[in-house]
Amino acid sequence: MTRAAAAFLLIGLWAGAAHAHKPSDSYLAVAVAGSAVHGQWDIALRDLDYAIGLDSNGDGDITWGELRARQDDITAYALARLTVALDGAACQPRATGHLVDHHSDGAYAVLRFEAQCPRPGRALELGYSLFFDLDPQHKGLLRLEYEGATRTAIFSPEAARQSFELTRPSRIVQFFDYGREGVWHIWIGFDHILFLLSLLLPAVLVPVRRGWRAVARFKPALWDVFKIVTAFTVAHSITLSLAALGVITLPTRLTESAIALSVVLAALNNIFPLFQRRRWMVAFAFGLIHGFGFASVLADLGLPRDALLLALVGFNLGVEVGQLAIVSGFLPAAYWLRHTALYQKVILLGGSALICLRAALWLVERAFNLKLNLF
Amino acid sequence: MVMTRRLAVLLGALLLVSNSIAAPYVPRSDDEVLEHLPYKPNDPAMREIRDLRGALAREPQNQELAIRLARRYFDQALAQGDPRYVGYAQAALAPWWDLPQPPARVLVMRATLRQYRHDFAGALEDIDRALKLDPADVRAWALRAAIHLVQADYDASRRDCAQLAPHVSELSTTGCTAFIDGLNGRARASHDELKRALEHATDVSPEQKLWILTRLADMAWRLNDARVAEQHFKDALALGVTDGFLLAAYADFLLDYGRPQDVIALLKDWTAADPLLLRLALAETAVKANGAREHRATLADRYAAARLRGDTTHEQEESRFCLQLLNQPEDALRLAQSNWRVQREPRDARVLLEAAVALRRPEAAQPVLDWMAQSHVEDSYLQRLADQLAAMRKGAS
Repeated sequence: MTRAAAAFLLIGLWAGAAHAHKPSDSYLAVAVAGSAVHGQWDIALRDLDYAIGLDSNGDGDITWGELRARQDDITAYALARLTVALDGAACQPRATGHLVDHHSDGAYAVLRFEAQCPRPGRALELGYSLFFDLDPQHKGLLRLEYEGATRTAIFSPEAARQSFELTRPSRIVQFFDYGREGVWHIWIGFDHILFLLSLLLPAVLVPVRRGWRAVARFKPALWDVFKIVTAFTVAHSITLSLAALGVITLPTRLTESAIALSVVLAALNNIFPLFQRRRWMVAFAFGLIHGFGFASVLADLGLPRDALLLALVGFNLGVEVGQLAIVSGFLPAAYWLRHTALYQKVILLGGSALICLRAALWLVERAFNLKLNLF
Repeated sequence: MVMTRRLAVLLGALLLVSNSIAAPYVPRSDDEVLEHLPYKPNDPAMREIRDLRGALAREPQNQELAIRLARRYFDQALAQGDPRYVGYAQAALAPWWDLPQPPARVLVMRATLRQYRHDFAGALEDIDRALKLDPADVRAWALRAAIHLVQADYDASRRDCAQLAPHVSELSTTGCTAFIDGLNGRARASHDELKRALEHATDVSPEQKLWILTRLADMAWRLNDARVAEQHFKDALALGVTDGFLLAAYADFLLDYGRPQDVIALLKDWTAADPLLLRLALAETAVKANGAREHRATLADRYAAARLRGDTTHEQEESRFCLQLLNQPEDALRLAQSNWRVQREPRDARVLLEAAVALRRPEAAQPVLDWMAQSHVEDSYLQRLADQLAAMRKGAS
């Protein structure tokens, strides 16, 4: 007794120490579109292991094979602990995909699901009870999207059932929300950035026999960039609008592969120049393809049916703002470096070669539906 | 030379872009390892927990088993610094947790878990209820002393120690008083008494010894006796017990004495634990080491995740992060002030004073300066900061 108490006294004096690790959270993203509820649920592998056991060979590591073998159990376990209802009518969620993601504290199983409700509604009710029996400190962090507006909430044992009024955000808020998404998607759309960069890299140079020469003045370089960016913008705006309005639909695999191909060709053109004077035409032609890529992003966001044009314009303008930010970062730096061998050799040729290689990998991955983890 | 710098700038910009890309994916091979569990299934502590968990599943109303399992989980939470185990411990006590009048032992365990989450008011309430049911509960008195100490209520803490004395070893009694006196103007004497008690004590567990040595080091360090402090730290490390708190304290000591390289050597494999990652990032930033940027980004992510779920146990450390790694003294001060409302130990005082000095706002530090005056704490570093603030005040008037 004495010794146990003594040890405890000392441990008690830990009061005030910070948590060394992140506590258990899951990330639940839910989007409502009409009568359909789409969800993505990121659940920590550690928690799933504690709940249903994933480490089947007991070596302390969880592999994709071990996780894959339990996918049905994970679906059953998780979806039994989530209820979805629109205006009081229950909607049964069913799994649509199993992936993996990493958060700051480790690997998560990503469960994508869809729930079809009897009819659209104004009040979404979610009941969350995952892990609450095993770990009452567990929390479910919700991100709810409706008509372009996002809100967040936290599920805990004390707040396991929550109801959300699905109100349409004001038009101006909606406009800026879509604008922000546009900026964000050019920023994380690495393929679009690389395409643009490939076309812009030679803008501060003039082709001469067997190589390049730096432009003498800023103005021609700026004009060249302006033409390229405008052509790209006009082109992708056209196809983005056509695709978003449902006039043309192309299979994602095709457009994504074509986008990768466009990056390959644009980068190759810097190494083996074919189109030097009229790169804006290249930008226009391939911009048409990139527009389809943006459209699939917009489709994922869910378009408000009654404010389609507004969302489209907002998103498009956001993409332009993002593009301008990239250009205004790129152009001064490139102009500053244009005389150097570093720019003419390493960045232009080496950079283009790297871009080409990366895009070639995308092309293979997308065309053949593979995942190559070479980069 | 210029060229390499320009290249570095461009590469940096590109990396910034590529870092922001993360999306769910389908791993390409069944053999891809996604997660290393922090425990091995054949670890003895884990085996014991598994057995207890199984036994409790068969008899969920068995209070004896539930308390034992909850304690094992709590030990794991401390050893590994992992708050998940606190939740598991709470789950083990579920049948009694929400009763209007839980049994005394459950109340003490609930208080233990609550103080872990820095819910000191709730914890004290539980302890007082438990002591009404069982006035001789040693754990309750010990925990009460610890919480009062963190809250800088030294008189109350001293009374708790006195209640404890008849039931515990002499070393524990000396320790209990020395921790308090060490903050109340008797640092040197307390240090020497506790050191002597440790030398004479028999039957001391390595964990207990480690904790006392860490506290002794802390006391010597506050007295600016670096040689003695380091000797205590080294004796503690030589015990071979893994302890995050010791590592964090030693790293802070090394940082204070301008030895970031030693911190990097000490902590390079400890990136999973936030408090240690913070010290590592501080050291790496001081020597402009490679990993610094990535570690800063990871810390920012983890603090953001904690904020998202409403966890405030990181405030003291996040304040340091904001001040020293992000150069955001306003945020640092706000966090330090909020932290000071909850806990008041020298390291809590320090972050607040540092932020106030950085902002040249001596008035913001007043609560801490008052505490220093009232407690008679002897801490050479805090004193230096207080002097700086006093000079600023004089300069302003």
